[in-house]
Amino acid sequence: MDKPWDPSQPILEIDHLSISFFTRAREIPAVMDFSCTVMAGEAMGLVGESGCGKSTVALAVMRDLGKTGRIVGGAIRFKGRDLTHMSDEELRHIRGSEIAMIYQEPMASLNPAMKIGAQLAEVPMIHQGMAKAEAWALARQIVADVRLPDPDRILRSYPHQLSGGQQQRIVIAMALMSKPALLILDEPTTALDVTVEAGIVDLVKDLGEKYGTSLLFISHNLGLVLDVCDRLCVMYSGEAVETGAVKEVFDRMQHPYTQALFRSIPIPGADKTTRPLISIPGNFPLPHERPPGCNFGPRCSYFAAGRCDQGDIPMAPVPFGDRHETRCIRSSEIDWDAPPPARARTERATIGPVVLRMEDVKKYYEVSSGMFGGGGTKVVKANETLSFEAREGETLAIVGESGCGKSTFAKVLMGLETATDGKIMLYDRDIQSTPIEKRSTDTVSGVQMVFQNPFDTLNPSMTIGRQIVRALEIFGEGKDDAARHARMLELLDLVKLPRAFAERMPRQLSGGQKQRVGIARAFAGGAKIVVADEPVSALDVSVQAAVTDLLMEIQRKNGTTLLFISHDLSIVRYLSDRVMVMYLGHVVELGTTDQVFQPPYHPYTEALLSAVPIADTRVEKKRIVLEGDIPSAMNPPPGCPFQTRCRWKSHVPGNLCETEMPPVRMLKGGHQIKCHLSDAEFASMEPVIKIAAE
Amino acid sequence: MDTLTHFQVFTTLLIRFLPVWIAMIATFALSVTFRKRLGLYGKLFDSTVGMVGLGFVLFWVFTALFADQIAPFDVLAQISPMKNVTAGTIEPNGAGVYLLGGDHLGRDVFSRMVAGSRIVISIAPLATLFAFMVGITLGLPAGFWGGKLDAVLSFLANLVLAFPVILLFYLLVTPEVVQTGLPQRMAAVLFILPLVFAILLTNSRLYVKPQLRNLIVGAIVVIGGWTYLALVSEADSGINVLPAAIDLIHVPANLLIVFVSVVFVNAPTVFRIVRGLTLDIRTRDYVAAAQTRGERPWYIMLWEILPNARGPLIVDFCLRIGYTTILLGTLGFFGLGLSPESPDWGSTINAGRKLLTTAPLPAIVPALALMSLVLGLNLLADGLREESLRD
Amino acid sequence: MTGFLLRRLALLVLTAFCLTMVVFYLTNLPPQLEKIAKFEAGARISDDEVTSWLNNHGYGRPFLARYGEWLGVVPGWTGTDTQGGAMGYCITKGVDPAAAPHYCGVLQGDWGYSSVFKQPVSSILSTRLGLTGILMFWVMVVMVPTSLLMGVLAGMREGSRLDRTLSTVAITTTSTPEYVSGVVLIVLFASSTVGLSPHLFDWGWISDRTLFKGSASSAMDGITFQNFTLPVITIALYGIGYIARMTRASMAEVMTAQYIRTARLKGLSFREVVMRHALRNALIAPFTVIMLQFPWLLNGVVITETLFNYKGFGWTLVQAAGNNDVPLLLGCSVVAVFVVLVTQLLSDVGYAFLNPRIRIG
Repeated sequence: MDKPWDPSQPILEIDHLSISFFTRAREIPAVMDFSCTVMAGEAMGLVGESGCGKSTVALAVMRDLGKTGRIVGGAIRFKGRDLTHMSDEELRHIRGSEIAMIYQEPMASLNPAMKIGAQLAEVPMIHQGMAKAEAWALARQIVADVRLPDPDRILRSYPHQLSGGQQQRIVIAMALMSKPALLILDEPTTALDVTVEAGIVDLVKDLGEKYGTSLLFISHNLGLVLDVCDRLCVMYSGEAVETGAVKEVFDRMQHPYTQALFRSIPIPGADKTTRPLISIPGNFPLPHERPPGCNFGPRCSYFAAGRCDQGDIPMAPVPFGDRHETRCIRSSEIDWDAPPPARARTERATIGPVVLRMEDVKKYYEVSSGMFGGGGTKVVKANETLSFEAREGETLAIVGESGCGKSTFAKVLMGLETATDGKIMLYDRDIQSTPIEKRSTDTVSGVQMVFQNPFDTLNPSMTIGRQIVRALEIFGEGKDDAARHARMLELLDLVKLPRAFAERMPRQLSGGQKQRVGIARAFAGGAKIVVADEPVSALDVSVQAAVTDLLMEIQRKNGTTLLFISHDLSIVRYLSDRVMVMYLGHVVELGTTDQVFQPPYHPYTEALLSAVPIADTRVEKKRIVLEGDIPSAMNPPPGCPFQTRCRWKSHVPGNLCETEMPPVRMLKGGHQIKCHLSDAEFASMEPVIKIAAE
Repeated sequence: MDTLTHFQVFTTLLIRFLPVWIAMIATFALSVTFRKRLGLYGKLFDSTVGMVGLGFVLFWVFTALFADQIAPFDVLAQISPMKNVTAGTIEPNGAGVYLLGGDHLGRDVFSRMVAGSRIVISIAPLATLFAFMVGITLGLPAGFWGGKLDAVLSFLANLVLAFPVILLFYLLVTPEVVQTGLPQRMAAVLFILPLVFAILLTNSRLYVKPQLRNLIVGAIVVIGGWTYLALVSEADSGINVLPAAIDLIHVPANLLIVFVSVVFVNAPTVFRIVRGLTLDIRTRDYVAAAQTRGERPWYIMLWEILPNARGPLIVDFCLRIGYTTILLGTLGFFGLGLSPESPDWGSTINAGRKLLTTAPLPAIVPALALMSLVLGLNLLADGLREESLRD
Repeated sequence: MTGFLLRRLALLVLTAFCLTMVVFYLTNLPPQLEKIAKFEAGARISDDEVTSWLNNHGYGRPFLARYGEWLGVVPGWTGTDTQGGAMGYCITKGVDPAAAPHYCGVLQGDWGYSSVFKQPVSSILSTRLGLTGILMFWVMVVMVPTSLLMGVLAGMREGSRLDRTLSTVAITTTSTPEYVSGVVLIVLFASSTVGLSPHLFDWGWISDRTLFKGSASSAMDGITFQNFTLPVITIALYGIGYIARMTRASMAEVMTAQYIRTARLKGLSFREVVMRHALRNALIAPFTVIMLQFPWLLNGVVITETLFNYKGFGWTLVQAAGNNDVPLLLGCSVVAVFVVLVTQLLSDVGYAFLNPRIRIG
């Protein structure tokens, strides 16, 4: 047996680790010269954009790189023992008992054909040789620990019977079954709604403390890392570029990439006209096209030719701070406190007359319940009495989590579905009951949509140019093929893509570029109203800013009305003029951005604001964690839709919330809230987000 | 009678197939040279399985093509002393060598096997293609619109699928059925779908440019319509719409019934595959994008959905040619449809199986030929599947 | 669940109804009726005589009425013969016409009388089905375990040498229809002049002239290893390849699933991962495939029984079709269609039972 491990030593020490993937054609280096240290009880964050190698590091620690991946250099020491040279048998004893891992898709992580209890009990049964009954008892206790109601029922259920949030709690419980010393979490909340995410994050933090577990927390979300971790390591293109204590890296960053990253994300105070986001120019280098010298060099605003592109650049400690290191040879020369280069302030778009008005729009679906039917049909109320108006040049944000009815709303507006009841007025035309086939070309080209998933928005078997030309043909733009071709090239210019892209196939484009093509296609017929359904949520943070910027710019130029659907309140605050918050098909709050982000809030808005992680150390948030999950739209609660999770419910006398749908309350300045709370209660609400004085 | 040694038989066989070897080498050399530009077909040359499969398939395609050059004897020529002779027997009067022996009527097994490849290679891919046309034209709307249309079409497809193939053949491929003109009527229904498919395909895309559309759709209607009428119209059958002067395509009724029944058996499976793929692809954002810009349903089905379903469809196409080959063999084995004289592999296996234990060659040779072609197609499909999944 | 079963049963009945109607239509086309008339009344009768014979014997009535009569929902046709005696669909010769039932269709259990075997169709079918049942039983015994084992072994380590070998074997057997494998097997093992048997006999390893028998007609009296191996292997081979490939694909897919990684990272050994987590999920898909193999197995049965001269259901079907024995062919069709439909139903129900995600849904 190895000598006992000294708890003052690092629990995990990754030392100059290099990992490559081997394909038929070539070796692709995924991680180069990566070092990091995690002490006992410490939470380490690993941050970076997709493809930077952060998940590969995690899998390397588990020694689970698949057939093609191989560790080509360096060492991973866990409690002083080198994992890279362990046999499969030794690894088995460590996996699940000393190191456990949790990853993104909770549903996929659980065996669909095995009861939860059996999956949990298995862990101590293999590692500690525990008896079955004892293991089940332990499972029951841990399930209670992850704050799941009715543990006995849960242990007896199959994974598909639980909601996404519950499943993720089970995955966490499974990881904790044998009280591991190190827990690796790979984007554990990405697939979940924000209010559910907040609960999971809280749980992870608490349990980490309770069991003294060290965490390796992998995320692309800087705000989340700030919430969870003590230290972090920023990765770019396979390398660690900066590491240190979280607060220090956030406040006194020493690497240009870290700085650029922070400048490209919307934090409170950013504003689309006065303090716009700054996107990182250029693209993420492909693994086999990395530049010599600094990987970030070609995109860096501090790039010095002849120095930054020569030789390997090592990680070097920063003179101040606690184990703070950076991979930048110019870090000591750069004035890190200098404000970003001033950008031309843009004019706020002029808000014109009302172009779209919805009055009491309802959309109900009839669905047959259950796989085998028999139970008759059920009515799903996807949208209930939706009323609002949108003006020319305005950005109206529609905020809500899954099941809130925002996608149905988009479908009804686009004419893919017709409304069950109510009125939709586009200028002076009634369109609520006109399906898209019956709409005039003018109406169709006037209302267009930008879709969420960049990998799905373009037809994979048609060239970019052909797809835009097709939109022009359909909208009746241009009198002949030559005119349409010319117009297509102009549209590519408009979305800042090279004209050569016209001949490319979608697979040759990056996510951000595809999203730009999607925008060009939407504006092909001179759209007056554009519905943007989470247009940037699937993109990397550094690209998000550029795409958002582009949308804003086209909007200003054309006076377009933008209906921006999103669950991300940070970006909503940054770019929208007015905000509409939806929950289970109801509009619960509607007002200008300032009104919605300041008290009084609808209780749901309040919780949502508190749940969104903000990557700013100056921000103080009131922690409001909602109980339970979002109810299913198939089976909404009686009375107020939010009453099952509302923390203000006790402030309303009687059982009003459970029995009666709240009225729409008009507060000052046209601010609407659908709630039973009294005016006095509204007045007593405190802001959720406070920014400490600078 | 003198016989050649096994080695001599082997080398003579190699030499007889010379045109095939030359054609195969040329095809492979060209394909490997330009494989970067050939898309999925080019990628096939990265996979051993795919190349072996393609080799088998090309071998039989070229054999069918050069059958007249390869086969030393006429398929029906009977030389009575050569009944049931062994491989490599030399004909005493100097007519040549029965390389793979003679059958029970004294015909050359090798020549019949070579000639048989022509029947399979000409019917199987074409019948599969028609089955795909039918399956696609019905499967796309069923998956796209769903509802009652889907329910009815799916029910019909399941109806055909619930029929044991062999029973269907026994009921359909009979002289009595041919007499009633049923094959012509079924052909009239099945063969119109490709025409409908072509018209929908061009019209949905080009209706925004009326002039070009009128030209192309007009051409399709005239040429395709004539081909269609000429195909189904037959002088002495229930359907005789074209005057003999312009009815240039003659398909013997017994061949037509074989063709139609094979299409009929395959189409429902293709329908199910296409329907499933459509259900999946229909949920993609680019389909929603097409809908939101006001595209008509057939454009979405044929230009947005179908091209993106091509991977699995191409793989299934290869598999299905193999399956069709097996079906054709089954028909021949039971003596259905084609004449007993016909050199197709199924019929020759059937004829040869009676003397199997004493003179195995007449049955074994076509059996192995059929197996190698099907194996080649299956390997090819495997290679294509592997390569299309790889990026 | 009961609602689902009832709906499936209703669909099954509807399908069976449609299919039997098609079969009835195809076996009662004018040329076939003409054949029957010529068979009964002499081959040299004129066209007019054929028509009148058909009208006089109840064949001239509308198609639906005749189908209903066969089914047993329309009263059987009655008429008078040339001697003025009563005759009819339900009147058997030598039985008092008055005592004959009104309805005598399939629903009443009256399947008609075979013109080839000179026996009631129901009794022929029951004996023949029994023989085929024995054959199918042994086919399943050989096919299912072999193919599942091959599929699981190949799929659990995708791309390994074992996988490649087993996949090649599987793809070869799926490319070998029964009439090819049967022929090859007979030549290899059941010929006294070629293949293995003469050598084995010369070496004194076997006492008979051949290792196996090329005909299974003796198996109808008693199954032996010698007379039953080849037919069983012939049918099983094609299915083995197909099911093994399905199992492999399913297994390979499951092995890349996230929850298998979870299981591996829990510290389970490869064996435990496969046995406890992969197997059950991987076998759900092949189960349906095995059940849906029945239509094709039926093909195999017909081919193999013909090739090996085993007088089971498949052989009977060929005889009925070849000799225009309409009642027998109809009977065979009904049985075949029901076998297929019932297996489809079982496959759906079994799938729902195996897959917890659907069972509760």
